[in-house]
This record gives sequence, C-alpha cells and structure tokens, in this order.
Amino acid sequence: MSNAATTETKPAVETIRIKVDGREIDVPKMMPDWQGKMVPTTMLQACQIAGGEVPHYCYHPKLPIAGNCRMCLVEFGTPAMGPDRKPVMNEDGTPKIAKSVLPYEPTTPRGAIACATPISPGMEIYPNSAATKQMREAVLESLLINHPLDCPICDQAGECKLQEYSVEHGQAESKFVEPKVHKPKAVDLGPRIMLDDERCVLCTRCIRFTKDIAGDDKLGIVNRGSYNTIATYPGTKFDNNYTLNTVDICPVGALTSKDFRFQMRVWFLKEAKSLCTSCGTGCNIVVGQRENKVYRYEPRDNDAVNGPWMCDSGRLNYKWIGRADRLSQLIKKQGDKAERISWTAATKEISDKLRAAAAGSVAIIASARQTNEELYLLKKVATKTGALTDSVARNGAGDKLLVNADKNPNSNGARLTGIAGAELGANIAKIAEGIKGGTIKTLIVFGEDVTKHGIGIDLLGKLELLVVSDILPSKTTEAAHYLLPGCAHVEKRGSFTNVKGRVQKFMKAVEAPGDARAEWEFLHDLVHNVTGQNGFVSIEGLFNQMATEVPAFNGVTWASLGDKGVTVQI
Amino acid sequence: MSFTVTASFEAEIDELISHYPVNKRSASLMLLHATQEEFGYISKEAIEWIAKKLELQPINVYELVTFYPMFRQEPAGKYVLKVCRTLSCALGGSHKLHDHLCTKFGMDPHKHGLQTSKDGKFSVEFVECLASCGTAPVMMCNDDFYEGVSNDKAEEILKKCS
Ligand code: SF4
Ligand code: SF4
Ligand code: FES
Repeated sequence: MSNAATTETKPAVETIRIKVDGREIDVPKMMPDWQGKMVPTTMLQACQIAGGEVPHYCYHPKLPIAGNCRMCLVEFGTPAMGPDRKPVMNEDGTPKIAKSVLPYEPTTPRGAIACATPISPGMEIYPNSAATKQMREAVLESLLINHPLDCPICDQAGECKLQEYSVEHGQAESKFVEPKVHKPKAVDLGPRIMLDDERCVLCTRCIRFTKDIAGDDKLGIVNRGSYNTIATYPGTKFDNNYTLNTVDICPVGALTSKDFRFQMRVWFLKEAKSLCTSCGTGCNIVVGQRENKVYRYEPRDNDAVNGPWMCDSGRLNYKWIGRADRLSQLIKKQGDKAERISWTAATKEISDKLRAAAAGSVAIIASARQTNEELYLLKKVATKTGALTDSVARNGAGDKLLVNADKNPNSNGARLTGIAGAELGANIAKIAEGIKGGTIKTLIVFGEDVTKHGIGIDLLGKLELLVVSDILPSKTTEAAHYLLPGCAHVEKRGSFTNVKGRVQKFMKAVEAPGDARAEWEFLHDLVHNVTGQNGFVSIEGLFNQMATEVPAFNGVTWASLGDKGVTVQI
Repeated sequence: MSFTVTASFEAEIDELISHYPVNKRSASLMLLHATQEEFGYISKEAIEWIAKKLELQPINVYELVTFYPMFRQEPAGKYVLKVCRTLSCALGGSHKLHDHLCTKFGMDPHKHGLQTSKDGKFSVEFVECLASCGTAPVMMCNDDFYEGVSNDKAEEILKKCS
C-alpha cells in the first residue's frame, strides 16, 4: 500500500513562448479541455497562466466552448512573415509583430475571442491594451441594452459577472435611449429554478450544462433577436437532479435558486469548507452561514471527486441542521426519572460502567455517518471491552454522474477503522441475539435509530446500560440511559472516507445547540478513562494518531489532506 | 385539427431524412417545411413527432420553429396576405396598406406576427423583403405576387378571394 506516498512522474511538458502584455512567458502547448482531453492552449488559458483573468461569460472550464458572448475579445499579434515564409525582423533583431487588424481597415485592431483561439509561437496578446478595453466596453454596452439593471433586488448582486465587469469596463450612462425589450420575469423553469429572462446574457452555459454534463437536453433558446429567451419545451419542466448547478454557473442573476432567492445577501454569508453527507461520493462543498444559521450549500471544486458540481438533493439537504427538535440536552435516565447532568459526570459514570463490564458484554453500533476519528475512538472502546461492533447500511439509488447508491458518507471509514466488516450491518442480528440471550448487557449507539434496524424497543428494554449519542430524537434516543447530544458535521471538524477511498476533511461552520458537543471530543475523554491510553485533544493530533494506527491511513496526515483530500487503498 | 400522419407523408419524411446520412439533425428544417406544407401549420404534436423521428428533444425542434418567422404554430387563414415592410416598400406605402388590411379584418396593426380574421378566411402578416423593390409596395396573396398595391388594388385582389 503506497497510498499517500505515490510520487507522480511528470512528463516533460512541451511549451510555447508568447508575450502577454509585453511580458515573455512559457505556457504549455496543450492543456486539458472540459473533458480533460489535451487540446491546444487558448489565449484565455495563457493569460490566466500569466496571472490575468480575461473577462468572460460563456466560457467555463468544464463546459464545451461556445464562443458566443464575445466578452473575451482581446487584441493580439503574431510574428510577421515575409514573402519567403521567413520571420520579418525589426532593426534591433527582434521579430516584427503583425497585429491583427481588419482586412480593409488596417488601423482598426481586429480582436479574437480568447476563449476559443489557440496560441502560437511568438504570439503577443494584449489583454489590457486600449483597443482591448474598447472592445470590451462595446460588448458590455450591447449586453446591457435590454438589461433591467435591477441589481438592488437581484440575488446575484455581489457575485455577478455582469455587475463586476460593468464596474470595471462599463459606462456610467447608457447611450441607449430607445425603450428596452421586455422579456418574461420570474419564469418557473422547474421545481427548484426561477428564471428572469431579462437578466440573461444568453451565454448558453445552462443549456450546455444540462445537455452535456447532466445528460438532460431540456433547455434551449426560443424566439429571435432581442426576443431570445431561455426556455424549456412548453409543458415540460427543468427538473433533473442537477439543475441548481446552473444557478452557480449562470454568470448573472437570470437563474436563481427558489430555495435561496431573497433569503440573504451573499456578502453577509460566512463560508466554511465542508462536504456533503447525503451519499458516499462526498462532494466538496462550501457552507454559507450567517449568525449560526446555514443558508446554503454550494459545490467546491475538486476534480478528484465532484469537479465543480453537486446534486440538488444533496445541496438542499441542510434544513434539518437547525431543526427545533435537535437534541441539545445531556440527559441521564433511571426508570422514569430523567435529569440533566454535566459532561464530566456523564463521562465518569459511563467510563466506570464500561471498565467494570465483563468482556463480551458490550456491543457498539456506530453510524457510518460518524467521522473516521469518531469511529476510530469507538473501535478503541470496543477493543478494550471485547465488544461486537457494526454500522448500518443505507442503500438507495445512484446515477451515472455523482450520486452513489451508498447513502452513508463514511461506509469506508467504518470498514477501515474496523467498526464494520465488508458488508455493513452483518453483525446486527448477532447483537440482537446477544441482547435477547442476555450476554450483551451494554449497548452503545452512535447516530442510528436501531429500532428501525432489527433491535426493537423490547430488546433495548432488556439492557442494563444503553448509551446513545445522536443529533435528532428517535425511539432509540428515548430509551437511552445516557443521551449524549452530538453535532451535525457542519458543527464540528473531522474526516470521511468516500466510496472510492478519498479521505477528505471538513471544517466547522456553525455552533451546535445547547449541551451538544463534537462526538470526538467526549469520546476522547471516554477512551482515556476506559483504556488508560492518552489520545490527542486536537483534531489534527487525533487524525495523525489514527493514521499511524489504522493501516489504510498510514502516511496520511491531517495537513496532507489539504482542501481536496487524499486517496487511500480500500 | 388532429395530427394524423399518413403513410405517404411518413414516406416523404423518411426520404428527406435519408439525404442526411451523417447527422439526421440536419434534416430538421426540411421536415418542418414539409410538415407546414402538409398540415398548414406546425402543431405541438408535430414538433414532438419530428423530434422523435430525428432522435432529438422537442426543445431542439421548438427552437427552430420559434426562430424562423415563416413557421406557424397556429393554422392560418384560407388566404395569407404577406405585406413587405422592408425599406423600399415602407417608403412606398406598405404601412398604409398593412394598416388598411388589419383594420378591415379587425386586427391590431402593431401586433407582432401573423394574425387571422375571426372567420378564418384571411391572415395578414408583415414580412421582410419580397424582392421587388422597384414596384413597391408589394404583397403576396398565398402564392400569387402583386405589385404596386394601393388600398384600392388590395380591395380588388380581396374580391377575387372566395
Ligand atoms: S440563464 Fe444564465 S446561464 Fe443561461 S444563458 Fe442566460 S445568462 Fe447564461
Ligand atoms: S452526489 Fe452525493 S455527495 Fe454529492 S451532492 Fe449529491 S448527495 Fe451529496
Ligand atoms: S467567453 Fe464568451 S466568447 Fe469567449
């Protein structure tokens, strides 16, 4: 297993020397296109490498090139060739550059769209010249002709390319005095998408996304000229499970999320890097929150996992985090008597009982929605007490793009830490038997309602000790002797191992309610008390310790996970 | 009118498609023309049928139908009057002619696109250049072409329509 330590041998990259705004630079001759295929590098990519963004609307690195918005026009030149097909030289010996000009108007620069024009040796690109700026202004002016300029009520404001470029390249006053063409507003395009056709710049990003990425050719441009309108075929809905990605890539405020529109100004949102937990793919996300309330998930670029996309169902699965019935009190129950106790008291009492438990009298069911670190700590408790352990399998439908049939975010974490075997849930029947037969007297449950998975309320009633940690109430939490309120993943840090063995970490976005504490924190104390082993009080230390002890994670460190994770052997 | 495809029409369509062996999609416009000729207009059912024939999504065909002004999504009148509105005819009085026809049939002269009289007999449409600038204003009544059409001349033409 040479997981983290795989060294990449980079083949020598063939480069081309060009000039960007007078600065010489070597750029790769070929670069990956939207599908990752190597194709000639474009002027836009070359300018990016040179450190400057060429303004653009229709170009998107992960979509086929359309070249329709013309925003990326730049002035450029190529080495002049003599009639002898030899480069013409200046007096100082440098190659003479023939600037691209209109054929019959040699004083007028003829720009090219940077997004679709390949570079060639000796080419000079002038992304900041006066001529380039003039082209940009002209394009912007025409894009704004029919634009309603309703930024104050537009959800895109603050992350709108039209707004940004208008500030940089636009004019304060419109020269256009004719009446604007009015187009449909608040068009219900599908269950999650609202369209404002007047704001659309017709870049076709949404059309290309749904056709070429989502494989659902549902959108098109209907009507003609200034009446051009993005639409679905009459009577049909834009309703695949990836529609909200079009809201992300729409460079303006034309496509808005029904869930997010008018909820919050984007500049008030504080962001945290996190992961989606709705299936085993583990799409990388950014959580946007304000005043401890989560407002949205957005995909975060990671080519090893989700590219720039995520599915709609995962994106919208965050509302439960702020639910009013979240478990927020640490409760101890004896008979009918329930009381709130402190974490110190609870940890001590549970530890004492576990230390006194006869070998083999304890069982642990830990959800594959818990983190690698938490499962690792629970495994330590299991080893010490000789406990039978397992997780719960959670299967659903998958698709060809991102959604996985495994609805647990961390089934592989459960396997690699030894909490579960290859088949999740295979031990549950045995645990139920053990409780029935009286050999298992203590059950520790993390994050599952076991009454739905073969260990009914009657069996739970037979236990001498039932310790449950969860975030939402269930039949199992009701039966607990100790109920330890845990954290949603956005309320703590940790890592998951996705279906392909990608170990990825996530950061904290919001505070947990009431008594709730990150599970790894109190598990750390419990493990210390029960096993006598010293652990780490920081997530970094804990992860690194786990990585030395769990073979699959050998060589990986919390720091080496970076923002995009590391793939391990599963 | 329901959309019923006759065997001979389907054979005609299949023959048209066979002209485009590399990419059936290229047959889209030909199929739309043939359909409008056969049914007088292009209904929703027709769009869906064409899309299926060409292995496309209906939106792909619908885009074309809405793009080209010559395609109709509603049945037209028995007589379709096309008045040229391009520059020479506009200077030669085509707006007056168009106004006259619209008013006569109770239509709004400022509305976009083809309009049909209540009795379904006449449709009036403002179109781009009919290629007879020297004899402006010009008009077509179905496939017949008329030059120098004054309001009086238009009335004469209409009289012949029964
Ligand atoms: S709706 Fe947005 S993404 Fe789609 S064409 Fe218009 S501007 Fe582009
Ligand atoms: S594919 Fe899975 S991980 Fe990705 S967003 Fe959807 S549910 Fe979440
Ligand atoms: S980015 Fe739209 S034409 Fe290049």
